[in-house]
Amino acid sequence: MTALAPTAAPARAAAPPARNRRALLRRRALPYLLLAPALITFGVFKAYPIVASLLLSLTTGSGAATRNAGLSNYRRLLDDPLFWTALGNTAKILVVQVPLMLALALLLAVGINSALVRWRAVWRLGVFMPTVTGLVATGVMFAFLLNTEHGAVNSLLGQLGLPAVDWLGDPFWARMAIVLLLTWHYTGYNAVIYLAGLQGIPRELYEAAMVDGAGPLRRFFSITLPALRPVLLFTVVLSTIGTLQLFDEPYVLTRGGPDNATLTVSMYLYDNGFRYFDFGYASAIAYALTLIVSVLGAIQMRLMGERE
Amino acid sequence: MSSRTNRLRGWPLTLGLAAVAGLSVGPFYWLAVAATQKDADIFAWPPALLPGGSLGDNLERLEAKIGLGRVLVNSLVVAGVQTAGALVVALLAGYAFAKFRFPGRGILFALLLSTLVVPEQVMLVPLFEMMMSFGILDSYQAVILPGLCVPFAIFLMRQALSGMPDELLDAARVDGAGEIRVLFGVVVPVMRPVLAALAIFLFLGSWNQFVWPLIALRSPEMHTLPVALATLHGMKADTDYGAILAGTALSTVPLMVLFLVLQRQFISGLLAGATKG
Repeated sequence: MTALAPTAAPARAAAPPARNRRALLRRRALPYLLLAPALITFGVFKAYPIVASLLLSLTTGSGAATRNAGLSNYRRLLDDPLFWTALGNTAKILVVQVPLMLALALLLAVGINSALVRWRAVWRLGVFMPTVTGLVATGVMFAFLLNTEHGAVNSLLGQLGLPAVDWLGDPFWARMAIVLLLTWHYTGYNAVIYLAGLQGIPRELYEAAMVDGAGPLRRFFSITLPALRPVLLFTVVLSTIGTLQLFDEPYVLTRGGPDNATLTVSMYLYDNGFRYFDFGYASAIAYALTLIVSVLGAIQMRLMGERE
Repeated sequence: MSSRTNRLRGWPLTLGLAAVAGLSVGPFYWLAVAATQKDADIFAWPPALLPGGSLGDNLERLEAKIGLGRVLVNSLVVAGVQTAGALVVALLAGYAFAKFRFPGRGILFALLLSTLVVPEQVMLVPLFEMMMSFGILDSYQAVILPGLCVPFAIFLMRQALSGMPDELLDAARVDGAGEIRVLFGVVVPVMRPVLAALAIFLFLGSWNQFVWPLIALRSPEMHTLPVALATLHGMKADTDYGAILAGTALSTVPLMVLFLVLQRQFISGLLAGATKG
């Protein structure tokens, strides 16, 4: 239908027919040629693996011994205590970490955005810095800082007269260590996103509210929060997806321990796929994870996006 | 309210922000200093505040353990090629989506974006089998190829190019420029800031990627820096803290430098997804 666009047709009609046709053909093929690299790499390295993984989750064995297994991998999953432990750990980390981090990020953004504050650019730069570090580097760094006997954090606690915390050896504190690491790493990123959102709110709204006698808290809840709704939604969904896929941090910091307290769904998937080479089962875990991610994402968008 | 009371009221807030910024930057400073200490001094309390003289020793031992030079080259090749490749793929696709109308445009774009919600983990097993059957497991290609199509980058390029006036392109076409000339002579120069932001963003992701390289790169001499560091750190028998921390510091240095030099583009690159999405 686009070929009938009136603007292009008359000019082309004047050209000799053979050249015209070739030029037209070239013009029609051009967008597909431009898209070819993307579509080929997408098809081979994204679409194919996604479909293959689904099929693989319905098989058992590997190589020539691969057999059709129907839904048995998924049934096994439901009865696998270790999978539920991994899912539970991931959920425990998620419900503490995401709200904590986002609240802190919002507070930081409002602070940095305040006209009362000096050297705002410096604080913005400072809190954003951790985002740049890789998760492996962060994990190694935290393993040293949180070392039970000699780590700087426990030494500092001792200085303050507080007891040492067994960060990496106690199930509860090991999960807290992951929460701490994630919060340190991503708070600045979210704060900068909120900051951009805050700067898009018209000043007149606040001025009008002040004329009407609204205090700072009232202004925050009636103007700032509603205006940030799309940005909040974006960060909630993104952090949830990210935390559900948690892998690098526990892999480096705790290796899933102690006693599987920080084993995450992604780590369990990795163990099954690349340590036990049970590709069918690993694929079933991957699809279970995809299902959880999409259901949670859809619920969040429903809850938060509705009133827009 | 006079400006003086305002200024006074601002101080607690400023101090609070300084404290948070300190907590954010503090660990980096600790890392930078610790990387230059002797093993025995790394856990000293109170911690050293000034760099020591052992950085060279630490790096030398790291070279002996993981082949630091080789590992750095691996990381640079993978991140460099992947960034350049993904940038070109995204530029071409973004240009097609933004500036051409063709059958299938909407569906193809939706298809590309739909994979944003699929966790990376889903692709690991089939990718591993694929690379094995291609016979390129444990090679640069195995790591680079799956990272060439970045749907988010395509999305970003399409958004940026949609804002570019068509008249600019048409003027060049009327002057007789071929489509390739239009793209590289007109589009690319105008889009340079966006391309720079995207390049940094892609490099960051590529330099730090971990799970897939961990799976695809089996032999130590092919490891990238994060994989080598995680492997070294995971060997509980090896307690050469100085070497590990020197390597960790080294893995963050290129990013810090890039970040400090190009902060504006950096932040806008990361923000693009949030504010336009």
